[in-house]
Amino acid sequence: MVEPTRVNGEEVLKLAGVSVWLSGRQVLREISFTLRAAEMTGLIGSNGAGKTTIFRVILGLQRASAGTIWLSGRAGSGHSPAIGYVPQTVALDPDMPLRARDVVGLGLDGQKIGMPLPSRQRRKLVDAMLEAVDATHFANARVGRLSGGEQRRVLIAHALISRPQLLLLDEPLINLDIRSEHEVVELLSQIAREQRIAVLISAHDMNPLLPAMDRIVYVAAGRAASGTTNEVVQTKVLSQLYGRQVDVIRLRDRVLVVAGSDAASAADHEHAHAIADPGLV
Amino acid sequence: MRFIFGPGFFQSPPVQVALLVGAVVAAVSGVVGVFTVVRGQSFSGHALADLGATGGSGAFLLGINQLWGFVFIAAVAAGAIELIGLRLPRGRDLATGIVLGAGLGLAALFLYLDTTFSNTTGAAITILFGSIFAIDSSLVPVIAGLSAVSLATVLLLYRMLLFTSLSPDMAAARGIRVRAVGVGYLVALALAVSLSAMTIGAVLSTALLIGPAACALQLTTRPGLALALAALIGVVVTWVSIVLAYDSYYWPPGGRGWPVSFFVVALILTAYLLTQVPVRRLFSRWVSGRAAGNVRLVGR
Repeated sequence: MVEPTRVNGEEVLKLAGVSVWLSGRQVLREISFTLRAAEMTGLIGSNGAGKTTIFRVILGLQRASAGTIWLSGRAGSGHSPAIGYVPQTVALDPDMPLRARDVVGLGLDGQKIGMPLPSRQRRKLVDAMLEAVDATHFANARVGRLSGGEQRRVLIAHALISRPQLLLLDEPLINLDIRSEHEVVELLSQIAREQRIAVLISAHDMNPLLPAMDRIVYVAAGRAASGTTNEVVQTKVLSQLYGRQVDVIRLRDRVLVVAGSDAASAADHEHAHAIADPGLV
Repeated sequence: MRFIFGPGFFQSPPVQVALLVGAVVAAVSGVVGVFTVVRGQSFSGHALADLGATGGSGAFLLGINQLWGFVFIAAVAAGAIELIGLRLPRGRDLATGIVLGAGLGLAALFLYLDTTFSNTTGAAITILFGSIFAIDSSLVPVIAGLSAVSLATVLLLYRMLLFTSLSPDMAAARGIRVRAVGVGYLVALALAVSLSAMTIGAVLSTALLIGPAACALQLTTRPGLALALAALIGVVVTWVSIVLAYDSYYWPPGGRGWPVSFFVVALILTAYLLTQVPVRRLFSRWVSGRAAGNVRLVGR
């Protein structure tokens, strides 16, 4: 397969042959992919495919049993201000005394000792970041009482304020209505390009990401195929990945991945599938 | 003035000690309590407080001041909760329940022995419901020191506590040692409940921990301000309670004052109910009503 020549950026993160065993079970099998600056990559796979484990390995929260990770050209990963992270579930208590701006401020210096001293510079940085995610009008609201989409934007600002080279978002579109879904994808795509950050977004449904995604890492049963969407989302590639026959069906601008070669059964499952799961139906 | 502050109120040494110690302990409990509520550890806080009864009654048996019993048992219990809780996934509540049950069983035995075989008949009341007017003034520096340790721990860990409450995963990804922060906080919590067990008793010390914090969280969205408000509410409640308890000497049945703990809990409940009154909504309705009126006027 020939890599299309890209003007896009330098390698930010590279995984080579990463495997992980958890309590005697191999959950990741020789995962390899590269993330580049100013590119948005989708990490696509159904629940339990290994997406969250890949994130945990990149973040240094889970040790790789084999393989190597390079972050900005240096081997090893782990907690680094170079990585911004928004986990899948952030249970925000409605009564928690944190305003949106406090959450963003924690992204700046939350790991430090003592109480933050009010400074004009800190306030300016936080305000600028809130504006960048269009969160200025609820900057002083209790973060636990914001809508799902608003909370997502605040958490993205929190992850971005430390000026990371790499932004990881675990299922950022889950529980969002279609409009917020679109807004969040647009925002992330804009951030990747304007700030030249490598963005990795996990999702169980690739469709909302299709218009914005530069590359895809498709995960199934602990293995991954990566490349541009057109290279990876093909009947042949995905059948090999799943180890059984799957079909890739394109319906206008949507993509369905279905088990077997029976087109009729695919049509039957189309509705549930498009909403819920890109995995096997 | 004479009507509010009974005769000799400010001249009485026990009252002076009570006002000082009560304020310090209430302020620390209020600050620590904000994080207890935010972190969802009210049950741990309550258990540590109740377990104080075991330590306090044990100390009575040994003939030492109950403060040492409170502090010792809270430290042991905090450690046990942390150890068991870590081994079981999501086991903190379970661990707390097991430790609490075992400790209260011991407290029952100790209190029985205290009241049966020694002449400390007031032991049960003192331990369970406090003795703010009977605090040995030589203990004041110790109480102040332990309060300072508890307060300093929470203020030093302030941002990390907020961060780990927001999301342990996000905090760990930024290099925060989530477990160490949790242990540090548990120490501060154990000290705070031990100290308020001295003033309002082991059973009720959670009232000073959770109550002012719960009120403060209703009143503000700012984390720093919530700490200050909780401390302030705790101090005001304690002082008013001391005044009322002093005055109650003249209330029926007469000749014996009412317990301070009763006033503390009653005032905290009142304060909490007051914060539930939707003042802002009433106010904004009034404002928007006026605004609507103005618009109509302009329209004409």
